[in-house]
Amino acid sequence: MQNKDILINILRFIILILLQVFILNNINFLGFINPYLYIFFILIFPFNGNKALLIFLSFLLGLSIDFFGDSGGIHAAASVFIAYIRPAFLKFSFGVSYEHDSIKLGNSDFIKRFIYITLMVITHHVILFSLEIFNTDHILLILKSTLFSSIFSVVLLVTTMSLFSRKS
Amino acid sequence: MQQILFFFIRNKNFLLFCVLFLVSIGLTIQSHSYHKNKFITSANFLSGGLYSFKSNFTDYFNLRTENNQLIEENLRMREQLEFFKKNSFLTEVDSSSILSKYYYTPARVINNSFSKTKNKITIDEGSKKNIELDMGVITSKGIVGIINNTSKNYATIQSILNTNSQINAKLKSTDHFGSLVWDTNDPNIVQLEEIPRLAPLVIGDTIVTGGRSTIFPEGILIGTIKGFKLLADESSYTLNIQLFNDMTNLNHVYIIQNKEREEIKLVEEGDTDAE
Repeated sequence: MQNKDILINILRFIILILLQVFILNNINFLGFINPYLYIFFILIFPFNGNKALLIFLSFLLGLSIDFFGDSGGIHAAASVFIAYIRPAFLKFSFGVSYEHDSIKLGNSDFIKRFIYITLMVITHHVILFSLEIFNTDHILLILKSTLFSSIFSVVLLVTTMSLFSRKS
Repeated sequence: MQQILFFFIRNKNFLLFCVLFLVSIGLTIQSHSYHKNKFITSANFLSGGLYSFKSNFTDYFNLRTENNQLIEENLRMREQLEFFKKNSFLTEVDSSSILSKYYYTPARVINNSFSKTKNKITIDEGSKKNIELDMGVITSKGIVGIINNTSKNYATIQSILNTNSQINAKLKSTDHFGSLVWDTNDPNIVQLEEIPRLAPLVIGDTIVTGGRSTIFPEGILIGTIKGFKLLADESSYTLNIQLFNDMTNLNHVYIIQNKEREEIKLVEEGDTDAE
């Protein structure tokens, strides 16, 4: 990573946390549905970047959200998990050679991009809500929250990605 | 030796993932047990500061409703005062006899959540103003929750909208006790469990705090009965309670400090030692 990339990633990290904590956590659409946009950072972290660094940064990202939300370690756990599993999902949606082809998310196939985002979001949300509710009696509530929040998050992430991706 | 080193280097991502994931799970489990959540709390310098900075702006949007609430509370208190004046034979009240065993400290809500299953509220007063764990928090309309974390300038409240909360409450008219819990469905409706079958229930009756703990004084308002159903084994009722408070819109709260709490605790602890 070059200096410029590092700076952009740091800025993105901070802005996403502030956006999540002060605006998106207060949407409460239909009483309980909130989008989780902060995983945008994990989604578009450079594909050939250091994997250990990404896992560690995801932990910090999730933990910061937890600090603001008084939620123990649920966001940290979910973020670390999707950061670790990301290469598998990339391989699944973009093919084996994603690392060498220097694919940019911005100019990749819409369908491939959509599959990648959906996989990441659903995995993240399942872990997040299972840990938050932490009770097998409420399994229906877990599924309901996961489904609705996932739809909201995916729509927001796809839109954000098309807005902010650099066309090259 | 070299083999082991190679193993670590080859699997460093997996090991790092395992360690961080286990740490997060540990923090999560800790946060599920009341009072153990010491590390991850918004009652710290950074998030508390940012939240109070934010609410400095957003508070202006609620000024009108806040004013109306204050006027309503003043009105109610004036009426009560007149009532007491009329019924009291003392022409001059001795100020030392007015002092009750409860102190009230005002505070401002700087962050409020109600859409999760374990909701917390952050306020902008902390141990500097002698706010401690296990103190009750109310508004002019009814109960809000219990303090469960403090720092120097901030504190977090475990809201009654939290599946870990259990608060002693009773019917105002008949003194039948039960415990107040939340089933996560609606932020303005809570449940009162274990009300005996013999209790005469009327929809619209008032529910107040029971006073069987040192946290809340007896008779703090909670809400009204919205509906009730008998449990399957017909032993007790579960009531739906419509809260007086709008938990989605909290601004100013009062923290209740019980002056005799230390003494009561001391006695209770002495009790268990003697067993």
